[in-house]
Amino acid sequence: MQSLDTLSTGQNATITALEVDEALFHRLSALGFRVGKQLSIIRRGIFNGPLHVRLGTTDVILRKREAKSIHIQQA
Amino acid sequence: MKRIALIGMPNTGKSTFFNRMSGASARVGNWPGITVDLMSAKVLLGGHIVELVDLPGIYDLHGYSEDEQVVRHFITHNAIDLVIIVLNSSQIDRQLPLTLQLKKLDMPALLTLNMVDEANKAGVTINTESLGKALAIPTISMSAKYGDGLQKVKDKAAMLINANTEASKPESIQQALTADQQIEQKDVDNLIKAHVNIPATLSESITDKIDKVLLHPWFGLPIFFAAMFVLFQIIFTVGAPFQDGLAWLLETIRTTALDPLFANAPSWLSGLMLDGIYNGIATVAAFIPIIILFFLVMSMVEDSGYLSRAAFLMDALMAKMGLDGRGFVMMLMGFGCNVPALMGTRVMRSRAMRLLTMLVIPLSLCSARLQVFIFMITALFTAQQAPFVLFSLYVMSFATMFITALLFQGKYKNTEPFVLELPPYRFPTPRQIFVRGWLEVKHFLTRASKFIIIGVVLVWFMTNFPSTAAPASLDTYAGQIGQLFAPFLDPLGINSYLAIALIFGFVAKEIVVGALAVIYGLQGDALMAQMATQIDWVQAMSFMLFTLVYTPCLSTIVTLKNEAKSSAYMWLSIVWSLGLAWVISFVFYQGARWLGY
Repeated sequence: MQSLDTLSTGQNATITALEVDEALFHRLSALGFRVGKQLSIIRRGIFNGPLHVRLGTTDVILRKREAKSIHIQQA
Repeated sequence: MKRIALIGMPNTGKSTFFNRMSGASARVGNWPGITVDLMSAKVLLGGHIVELVDLPGIYDLHGYSEDEQVVRHFITHNAIDLVIIVLNSSQIDRQLPLTLQLKKLDMPALLTLNMVDEANKAGVTINTESLGKALAIPTISMSAKYGDGLQKVKDKAAMLINANTEASKPESIQQALTADQQIEQKDVDNLIKAHVNIPATLSESITDKIDKVLLHPWFGLPIFFAAMFVLFQIIFTVGAPFQDGLAWLLETIRTTALDPLFANAPSWLSGLMLDGIYNGIATVAAFIPIIILFFLVMSMVEDSGYLSRAAFLMDALMAKMGLDGRGFVMMLMGFGCNVPALMGTRVMRSRAMRLLTMLVIPLSLCSARLQVFIFMITALFTAQQAPFVLFSLYVMSFATMFITALLFQGKYKNTEPFVLELPPYRFPTPRQIFVRGWLEVKHFLTRASKFIIIGVVLVWFMTNFPSTAAPASLDTYAGQIGQLFAPFLDPLGINSYLAIALIFGFVAKEIVVGALAVIYGLQGDALMAQMATQIDWVQAMSFMLFTLVYTPCLSTIVTLKNEAKSSAYMWLSIVWSLGLAWVISFVFYQGARWLGY
């Protein structure tokens, strides 16, 4: 099972599971993170900084720690 | 009076729409049971005065954030005649669920598909009519920013308001909310498929191109700080002539009109009115152009989307201090005023991170302190040195914040998640900048005038009584108090007169410059010239450093206490900032003297 933080920049992938608590689940799904949704990593912040992720027309930044709990399937 | 509420996600242009509807007449209103300030305005719609309320941006009606609770509280405690849902057209696929959630509450509603200009650019097309029919909600596309479709929205809203449909019943909304009917993703997908066309691959947008430069791994941060420096330089250069002009005008009013008017009045009255109130207010008023420019620039930066980029760039560094990128944005907001920045920390769910962020925010160089610094810098430094001195104070402001966070991060450990939307760059229209800037300036002036008049009268009294003492001498009440603090402040090069200004600065920094005007009985250029003969640049810098770091104002203290709901925390903040201010000024002053300056 691959998690979002290991996806290489520029690669496409599909979300397979969100392993987060309910509050974060609400926030993530409102931002467009849902099982079956396609996403890609646009860039990574310097010094182990946050990931810049694109889902459809929405751009989101999140830390690696949060990305670890998002499971994906590479396209 | 009928009531219209605006609901929408963050970054949908809801506030722009609100400002369009209300002009610049909005005010901050208090609502029972709601702790955040909600903007509301009375607008004329369809022949009636209607109350328009701008609710905070929310992602989810069932979410757990403070804003989401505020919206739930509002709609379950107030009857609403019409909900205007504001939706970002280019992100309709993920914003539609909120609309469906609201539809289930069965309130009279109007759906506006905003930012149609951006959607067009991205190639997103929506069949407004068929979508509205499918949702059974009147639907109109618009661009609040450019005003397209605005009249249609107003007409439709007026029609709906006048249709005499019943207002929402708070109790039944409460029931519908607790019933917690899930939105089926299938329903959303079907609606999107039937009424919306989203291109499969988005072409590289202008935002992508700008991001390649501004979010560059190596150049991103240097560019950010350079941009900030240039902005402050612009504020300074553009503002200075206006400031001089206004100071000259106020001086002229005094010599040609006020002095003759009070020539025959008793000396205490002319002293109070002219040397007290007029000098104090005039000296502060001269800074209004710079403050206005500052807020115009700040609201432009805030609306442009660059602040979220700053959060991205700074997050890794902030993480090392137990904070996150949002904390950095709050620090920047604190440049305007610490109070809203403190309130902004409500988006953080972990209490530890909130407390740590709130401990550093009061150290950010707010516009009231900026005014003190500009005054001191103009008086004691050359025009060439000025921008660098001011910039060094901003650097110092950041440095004290970082030191504070580093030292206290162990006390406030947290695992707050960091997930933030990155909106596309949006260049605000002049109208948007003006309305936002004006609201901020209005807020600043109301606050300032309240404190300044009371403050300068008090300072005047303390520097002129007992009547046996020579005005502003060490025998006056103020002089005595100043001497009381002398053992603490002498090692910092801060004399008894400056000490009095500092004491009043505890209430609000807006008073400091006014207090100096009253203490010296002078205003404008004469006051600056007098200051330059009394203190040298090392003392001035030490005074500015102390002003920068010690407690910003009573409002900040009160906000800190209310937000943290802890007096112990408030005292920690006061004692820490006073102690830090003293140490920094001491090290600077003694160091500079030791080096021979």
